[in-house]
Amino acid sequence: MTDFITLMKHELLITVIIFLLLFVKIGKGMKNESLLTMIQVLLLLNGIAGFFFNESGSLFADMFYTSPLVAFQKNVLNIGVYLISLLFGDWLKKTPHLPEFFILLLSALLGMFLLISSGNLLIFYLALELATIPVAAMANFDLAKKRSSEGAMKMILSSAFSSGILLFGISLIYGATGTISFGELVNQINGSPLQVLAFVFFFSAFAFKLSIVPFHFWTADVYEGSPIATTSFLSVISKGAVAFIFITALYRVFGGLYEIWYWMLAVLAVLTMLTGNLFALRQQNIKRFLAFSSIAQVGFILVAISGNYTAGTSSVVYFVLIYIFSNLAAFGVAAVIAEKTGKENIDDYKGLYKTNPFLSWVLALGLFSLAGIPPTAGFFGKLFLLTAGAEKGNFWLIIIAGLNMVISLYYYLKVVRAIFMDKNENPVEPIKVSASVKLGMIICAAGIVFTGLAGKLFDYIQSLIA
Amino acid sequence: MNLLLFIAIPLLTALAVLLCRNQEQVKWTALVGSLAQLVLSVVLLLLYNQERSTGNSMQMLFEESYVLFSNPPINFHFGVDGLSVAMILLTSFVLVAGILVSWNIEKMTKEFYFLLILLALGAYGFFISLDLFILFFFLEISVIPKYLLIGIWGSGRKEYSANKLALMLMGGSALILVGILLLYFNAGHSFDITELAQVTLGSRLQQIIFPLLFLGFGVFTALFPLHTWVPDGHSSAPTAGSMFLAGISMKLGGYGCLRVATYLLPEGAKQYADIIIVLSAIAILYGAFATMMQKDLKYINAYSSVSHVGFSLLGIGMLTQTAITGAMMQMVSHGVMTALFFAVIGMIYDRTHTRQVNEMGGLMKGMPFAMTVFFLVGLCSLGLPGLSGFVAEMTVFMGSWQNADTFHRVATIAACMSIVVTAVYILRAIGKVAMGPVVNEDHIAAGDVRWNEKMAAIILLAGILAIGIAPQWLNKLLSPTAEIIMNRLNGH
Repeated sequence: MTDFITLMKHELLITVIIFLLLFVKIGKGMKNESLLTMIQVLLLLNGIAGFFFNESGSLFADMFYTSPLVAFQKNVLNIGVYLISLLFGDWLKKTPHLPEFFILLLSALLGMFLLISSGNLLIFYLALELATIPVAAMANFDLAKKRSSEGAMKMILSSAFSSGILLFGISLIYGATGTISFGELVNQINGSPLQVLAFVFFFSAFAFKLSIVPFHFWTADVYEGSPIATTSFLSVISKGAVAFIFITALYRVFGGLYEIWYWMLAVLAVLTMLTGNLFALRQQNIKRFLAFSSIAQVGFILVAISGNYTAGTSSVVYFVLIYIFSNLAAFGVAAVIAEKTGKENIDDYKGLYKTNPFLSWVLALGLFSLAGIPPTAGFFGKLFLLTAGAEKGNFWLIIIAGLNMVISLYYYLKVVRAIFMDKNENPVEPIKVSASVKLGMIICAAGIVFTGLAGKLFDYIQSLIA
Repeated sequence: MNLLLFIAIPLLTALAVLLCRNQEQVKWTALVGSLAQLVLSVVLLLLYNQERSTGNSMQMLFEESYVLFSNPPINFHFGVDGLSVAMILLTSFVLVAGILVSWNIEKMTKEFYFLLILLALGAYGFFISLDLFILFFFLEISVIPKYLLIGIWGSGRKEYSANKLALMLMGGSALILVGILLLYFNAGHSFDITELAQVTLGSRLQQIIFPLLFLGFGVFTALFPLHTWVPDGHSSAPTAGSMFLAGISMKLGGYGCLRVATYLLPEGAKQYADIIIVLSAIAILYGAFATMMQKDLKYINAYSSVSHVGFSLLGIGMLTQTAITGAMMQMVSHGVMTALFFAVIGMIYDRTHTRQVNEMGGLMKGMPFAMTVFFLVGLCSLGLPGLSGFVAEMTVFMGSWQNADTFHRVATIAACMSIVVTAVYILRAIGKVAMGPVVNEDHIAAGDVRWNEKMAAIILLAGILAIGIAPQWLNKLLSPTAEIIMNRLNGH
């Protein structure tokens, strides 16, 4: 019993919060503002609690597995969710269904936790569904907007499709090996054609969740239609969680097929970076813009994964942490502006610096970090991804990734130029940022500036892998 | 001496600038901070010379190392040799002068000074780093400030120039990055320059890595044909920005070509030396002839920078000790000279509101001080003995002549001929602007320079004269570094 509590601590805490919110919903006694403050405090406590008493172990006949590394990955996601509750406060306060939003969000988070911890294809599949379906409902949360419903519909249809492919892949795996437990699968992988086919189906489900090209088509529309809080959850938390389990699945389960998936990864990484970057060049809507930029970022993650397990895991965990800060900073600013003025286009940001210097700096920091320019943490994050990718000795991949960094700089600078340099007859009026949103932005900015220079953190992540 | 001071003081200055309440405070804080850096770099020079005179023959002095990441091993490993000391000195001179000439900037003063000091921070960090990763980190730090300085405070096609500069430099950085990673994985998993210098890579590998690094740093130092960001960037930047870009940022590239590419990959340098010579000879001549066609003062100096920086690359390509010493001297000399040139152009522009040569004339009547400085710096640019340009270029030529074969001789002679062209464009510009009939009476009525501009000019002039009249101290500082690079090239 104590095992159950300590090992499943992260999941249990989230479940408790979900139940609390259900009771609040039934009670109907609380105003949105105080409720939101309560949620923020709960998430903060939950985030802090996640850092203590993390042990290795498995439960339910190895279906559930955890270790300090897995716990750290969950903590990273917790930080992201806490920041989301802070940054999108303005919008959250106004939604008529605040408790539902967080119930859905936390259910999805619970699904992601189980996903990272899964030791068995069955629980893997269940967790993946739990992590997806609530998000589709969250995408529909701008009830008045048609685009929001459209996005949700697209998401649920395409994720149902990818689930189907995944299930097909899982059944083929079971047929080919006779087991669904990760621990036993490792020894059964021998590279027979059936296994390779099964693996390809399995792989494409991941590709869908990570929006790897050519499985990325849903991304832009869903991102644009959803409320920004959902968009940022999708692009940061959800991608992070899937990237974590992706590495484990590739190396720990399908390590035997390395020769096959190495080339799949390398080719897809190049395609993903290029497509994300080239499409981002032409975007006007900031959400679509960030959607394509996040596709490109996934390409870099794939480069790192292709190297080897240790370097890949450590650099991806580190990068996802930095990516949370950087991308949420950008989304946070976009949300504040969209909420106050309804403006979502990059052209509307012209002259922003004159009226909103604080927001401008936060957004610029976020974008510079996404572009990987020092002194922001994104620089270290990107470089470690590339260093991890270079472990294999395939330097063409690194050269292509380097050139993609140049392309991405071009479009990130487009936004920076609009903010700082372009003139505008009627810029966004000065916005008063509420305290909790400001706190969220300051945490993001501090994360962007200091995560890179705190080298001990990266050492710590590496020490977890051992 | 703790070299961390060169990071800490600019950082503190930059933060202090951010905390200031009004424009006056900002300016004075920035000035005091930059003067502190100037003092610090002079102290560094004195301490360095003192150490050397007591017979300390370590390659790097004042070494410090702080672990940043343990795997991959990335350390804040700092240390200086003569070349670094000279470049740090140059940076602090140009910074003080840059802050002084921007004294009257009205638009977003705080941000302007903040970015300017950040730029200097990047340069200091770059020159003291002995870890390739950290070196790269500091090299890249300067991209944002440059972009914003040009884009916000610039003139003309500033957005275009800022974009072009940022993207080209980033492209160069991508090449450098790949080169560094190749070095790291093939030379025993180390980023440390002193450790990498102990490793001799296979010549095939050097053949691959050297061009990546040299071209990458070449973008920064306007290696032909990667120089195209230079004219646009320099001419669009605000005065202090141009001073920094031409005076220091371009030198980062030259320093990298020497310290990283040539020093760590001697075999590669030998194999590509001829190509470097051809490219730099083209840059020297092409830059000079292109300058002849320019009518805008900033474009004149920008193209002439391409030509002058070509001399440092030529010196590197010649692979003799004298030529490499000359290349380093040219880096320092051109840094001071071009910064002063841009400063004077800024002073002229502030009063005449034009940079077109044919719209000016007879300015000597209105601003004798500015014109005298203009005259002196022009003479320095065309290589008049007694000024820094002569010393540096002469050393490069002498070193180049030591290679006795026809190819090297032809390249040297071709490069020498550019001096004639330089004389033509410099004297023509000065003649038209300073002498000649008065074109616009308003220009004369605008008056001479103010105290801050005078101070800036005097500081930089002092540098030019100090190198020009008594080059020995600089030579003594630089030639040991050149010797170490030569030893490595000769396989000792």
